[in-house]
Amino acid sequence: MIILQTLSARLPDILFYLFAGLSLIGAVQVLCRRNPMNAAVSMVVTVLSIAVLYILLSAYFIAAAQMIVYAGAIVVLFIFVIMLLNLSAKEIGRRRYTLFKAFAAFVAAAVGVSLLPGVRGAPRAISEQPIDPSFGSAKTVGRLLFGEFLLPFELTSILILAAMVAGVVLAKRDITPNRTFSPVDAILDLLLKSDRKDKSP
Amino acid sequence: MITLQEYLTVAALLFSLGLLIVLFRNNAISILMGIELMLNAANINFVAFSQSLGGLAGQVFALFVIVAAAAEAAVAIAIIVLMYQNLGTTDVEKAKNLNG
Repeated sequence: MIILQTLSARLPDILFYLFAGLSLIGAVQVLCRRNPMNAAVSMVVTVLSIAVLYILLSAYFIAAAQMIVYAGAIVVLFIFVIMLLNLSAKEIGRRRYTLFKAFAAFVAAAVGVSLLPGVRGAPRAISEQPIDPSFGSAKTVGRLLFGEFLLPFELTSILILAAMVAGVVLAKRDITPNRTFSPVDAILDLLLKSDRKDKSP
Repeated sequence: MITLQEYLTVAALLFSLGLLIVLFRNNAISILMGIELMLNAANINFVAFSQSLGGLAGQVFALFVIVAAAAEAAVAIAIIVLMYQNLGTTDVEKAKNLNG
């Protein structure tokens, strides 16, 4: 009984260490797996573990968005492209070690080490239980999103539209528009021709 | 007792791993995965600081980061498909037509 009580009191800590470790293991697997498909599945592990960390931070709406957008859209897009390209095993399996990669490992380690003093200097306080029970719910985040941050939110929609157009244009390269008759084109042709006649002699 | 520092440590480690993936892998799809991991690490920082400081602006920013990551992934994957159509490979070291 006492064990159960201490366990339930320490449950957030246990969950944190479990899922933080799981997210790091997934990231290491993304690094080490040669097959992109295995790497993509490892990335699902990382993304879902990070969603659990958001829940522990009582950011419920962000956790749901993380699961839907990353695990549901981005990783599926990755897997779709990996299947579509159907990379040969020879190309996937090759592993080269160059001087640049040794330098890369050094740079990544240096960035990690240089971040640690900043982490050490961070305030230790994290409120165990937020004062407001609706903290991080869809309602409160949405109210802020459509109130104070309305303009950035609307700009985001333009960003997505631009990305969508770019995706369509890039993926489908040889779009040759059918020449349809339009009066505007005819008038423009006529004007340009007369313009050319004026200049040519 | 989990404090802000633990979350920041996890985020720093994830960021370093993402950077390592970006620099280490030759496959363009894997590099994109590394970039997504780095964005996720930044998101953990946003949400952790939002919880620590008691404001919700960090969570709204995390939402914007998620949206930007989705848009970026869509465009980057279109570029990778185009690169595969032109070069027959997704190895970034083969894409050196502009090299010298």
